[in-house]
Amino acid sequence: MPPEPVSLMIPDAWLPPLVVLSSFLPGIAIFFLNEARVRLRVTLNLAGALAKLALIGVMLWGVMHEHEYVFRHAVLPGVELVLKADALALLFVSLSAVLWLFTTLYAIGYLENAPNRSRFFGFFSVCVTATVGVAMAGNLFTFFLFYELLTLSTYPLVVHRGTPQAMRAGHLYLGYTLAGGALLLVGTIWLYGLAGQVDFVPGGSLAALPAETAGQLRLVFALLIAGVGVKAALVPLHGWLPQAMVAPAPVSALLHAVAVVKAGAFGIVRVVYEVYGIEFAQSLDLLTPLAVVAAITIIWGSLRALSQDDLKKRLAYSTVSQVSYIALGVALFGPVGTIGGVVHLVHQGIMKITLFFCAGNFAETLGLHKVSELDGVGRRMPWSAAAFTIGAFGMIGAPPTAGFISKWYLGLGALEAHMPWVLAVLAVSTLLNAAYFLPILHRLWFRPAPASWPHEHIPARAGWETSRLLLLPPVATAAATLAVGVFAASSLSPLDWAKLIAAREYLRWVP
Amino acid sequence: MPTPEAFDPLPWLILLPLAWATAAFALGPGRGARLAIAGLAAQLALALILAGQVLAGGARAHAVGGWGAPLGIDLMVDGLAALMLLMTAVVALPIAIYARGYFRARPKGGEWFWPLAGFLVAALDALFLAADLFNLYVTLELLGLAAVGLTAAAGDRAAVAAGLRYLLATLLGSGAYLLGVALLYGAHGSVSLTVLAPAVAADPAPAAALALALVVAGMALKTALFPFHFWLPPAHGGAASPVSALLSALVIKASFYLLLRLWLDLFAPLVSVSAAQLLGLLGAGAILWGSALALVQTRLKMLVAYSTVAQIGYLFLLFPLATGVSATAAEAAVQGGVMQALSHALAKAAMFAAAGGMIVAVGRDDIARLGGIAGRVPLTLFTFGLAGVTLMGLPPSGGFSAKWLLLMAALESGQWWWVVVMVVGGLLAAAYVFKVLRQAFPPAEPGDLVHRVPRAMEWSGFALAVGGILLGLFGAGPLALLAV
Repeated sequence: MPPEPVSLMIPDAWLPPLVVLSSFLPGIAIFFLNEARVRLRVTLNLAGALAKLALIGVMLWGVMHEHEYVFRHAVLPGVELVLKADALALLFVSLSAVLWLFTTLYAIGYLENAPNRSRFFGFFSVCVTATVGVAMAGNLFTFFLFYELLTLSTYPLVVHRGTPQAMRAGHLYLGYTLAGGALLLVGTIWLYGLAGQVDFVPGGSLAALPAETAGQLRLVFALLIAGVGVKAALVPLHGWLPQAMVAPAPVSALLHAVAVVKAGAFGIVRVVYEVYGIEFAQSLDLLTPLAVVAAITIIWGSLRALSQDDLKKRLAYSTVSQVSYIALGVALFGPVGTIGGVVHLVHQGIMKITLFFCAGNFAETLGLHKVSELDGVGRRMPWSAAAFTIGAFGMIGAPPTAGFISKWYLGLGALEAHMPWVLAVLAVSTLLNAAYFLPILHRLWFRPAPASWPHEHIPARAGWETSRLLLLPPVATAAATLAVGVFAASSLSPLDWAKLIAAREYLRWVP
Repeated sequence: MPTPEAFDPLPWLILLPLAWATAAFALGPGRGARLAIAGLAAQLALALILAGQVLAGGARAHAVGGWGAPLGIDLMVDGLAALMLLMTAVVALPIAIYARGYFRARPKGGEWFWPLAGFLVAALDALFLAADLFNLYVTLELLGLAAVGLTAAAGDRAAVAAGLRYLLATLLGSGAYLLGVALLYGAHGSVSLTVLAPAVAADPAPAAALALALVVAGMALKTALFPFHFWLPPAHGGAASPVSALLSALVIKASFYLLLRLWLDLFAPLVSVSAAQLLGLLGAGAILWGSALALVQTRLKMLVAYSTVAQIGYLFLLFPLATGVSATAAEAAVQGGVMQALSHALAKAAMFAAAGGMIVAVGRDDIARLGGIAGRVPLTLFTFGLAGVTLMGLPPSGGFSAKWLLLMAALESGQWWWVVVMVVGGLLAAAYVFKVLRQAFPPAEPGDLVHRVPRAMEWSGFALAVGGILLGLFGAGPLALLAV
């Protein structure tokens, strides 16, 4: 008999939908708010974010104490909307909810006095609603539903400024993601035809299908991975991501760390582990092709990042590369690789959001958009530059940051899976990461500052290098980047949770 | 089965709109809006009561005035008919509220809207309840005449031309249908569906096959199936927005309903896989051609009208997916087709309402000059977007559920070519919907005034669009009714 949950009045099954609604309802309310109601809008935003965190806290507690949080609603005969808070879901949901809170604070500071804020924050909330839906989806139908909702709710954010460049980026984004969604839909329905409705369960559930469906299952796998691979920015499906960097900085944070690429990478995790099952996927020879695609993406993204002078574009190509570490870890057959891939889902989010917040700070405070303009910024904005430095070292994989933990487990996982060439990929990628991040750090700290900044929007005041709401979120996430690395061995770390997940996925696995 | 004393809403569903239409006519030009709204609210309640009765007690017949066939007129209701009646009421009520605001802002063509709309609703309900082929014909003609009247009501050159074209198509369509009915009557001596169905099944006369061809051709013309869609865009795109909404959402569904009913029931022993594939092929042509033409339109309402041409195509994919396949595939196909009819009714009514709202806001019907809409009338734009979600077939929406069921049927029966068509059609729909949305985001050009839109217009359209979304989340109820 499990102990009573903390929430005495709410049935367990209602918690997952409540987590979804905790951002959806404030979002809808915000749409209808007058622009001038700043205080009410901020209250709604923060109340939603905090309520979501509280609900997730209850569920984390409950999952540790063997509570089950499953919500089911029949949409069509034989097709159910299932929201489930399992270990994997909670990993992603916690990440999104925590980073969303930071992004909301940052966005409030970033958009101060900008037009159309009600629309922005409305879609912003729907976007996070879709993300937690993706995280807690209990089957492919539900996953697809929220995956497409994510596409629709991010489009208005990408084109928010309405400039021709933003409209073009939005167009490209839609083209890629809707086409990817179509592939995902066909794959999903095909699978429903073959196996009926299959819930996401550790170890997957397709191994029992008759052997003659193997060919179809390979094709379905390709469709599903291509569908989620568009958002995960697998090469050659990554073209939209670098263009989308024209969006406002909080949206970039959302695209790169909290929501969009994460939803894609998370989709890969779910499809491989909980639809096919890692062992069944291995027996169908599906993992090596996925590892190869991931490896190509890692190298290609880094190579392209080298030549970008636009800071956000360089970061965007870096995302292309880094997100595929997750796919790579997933494709390494063996629990250690799984741990590396799954934990990087969290680590990449924390590190990349730090970098985008800092890039936004440089642009908003001093009007700096290009790498070549960053000379001497470290003296004018030491806190932002320090946070950026921590994020960059994390991306390179230097200890004791979060990125080091990811790479360590990925490397060990490669050896365990007998794929030594993956080590070479990791080594080359690390060198490339250093090659495109270290010059930025050199400019920040060791080059002399120019006589005046191009557009100093926010003057330094009372010891604050920029406005508080812009500064505190990156400092907090940079601290987290260090903390999850330093305290990786503690029982509350993302690494520990990833180990729990890996243990559940390899039920029958004997090393 | 209700007891004889129990209230039977069946005849009232037809009499009530006739009553308020007549009263509105007697009141004079432009009058009768409030009467109509009250009548339609009652209509919605009646349709809900009837749906509950059918769900509980099954399909049943009603002899008007107690006479019964063959002397009197029989009405018949089953799950499909109850769904269609519900669809009519759910769409017509918000559109009536919308129309009241719309014709205040743009009075042109609104003088006789209320009586004609009442006759239109009465004809629709009578058609859905008809139990014999001849009553179907009469209601079909009444519906066509009311629709043509509404189309031409603006009275200018373009409206009269569109109305005449529509009249020609609708008369030709019902003429072909009548010819088919005559052939059946000659061969089997009855027009009652209950009498004819077993007779045709037992001994299909050669005339019956010809009748099938005539009925299919007539209904394809009246439903504006590609390539017989020539009359639809000018009629639906040119009429006043509330009229466009009624025509696109409801009127074309009537002829589709008739065809579906006869295809699955009376003509079931006669239909062939090749005939079904041909209908599917035309449906595919409609999806691709209609979407492509929607994409190149410069006028907003013409874009929405061509979108209707495309969406009709999905309805006709039902036929190849339900004919000559396994029972599970056929069931999914019929469910998908009906779901598409329902969700398109809600979404297209919402989209025409939103288009009308935008036209009222900027004062012209030009996609390239919608700047400022997002800032000034966001709810109307949001309505357009939500309706677009249903038309693109993205989740969660009725359009998505429809597509899911149709795709399921296609994969289940191994007809992957329809999968390709539906996927491409969805992407094309996204292209034309976002073509409008992206124009609405930039600020208005200097000198362009963007007016506010009356609240009743904005919210009634929004309610329809939300209905299309809710249908996707709660589709199990309507499908349970369909199974009766």
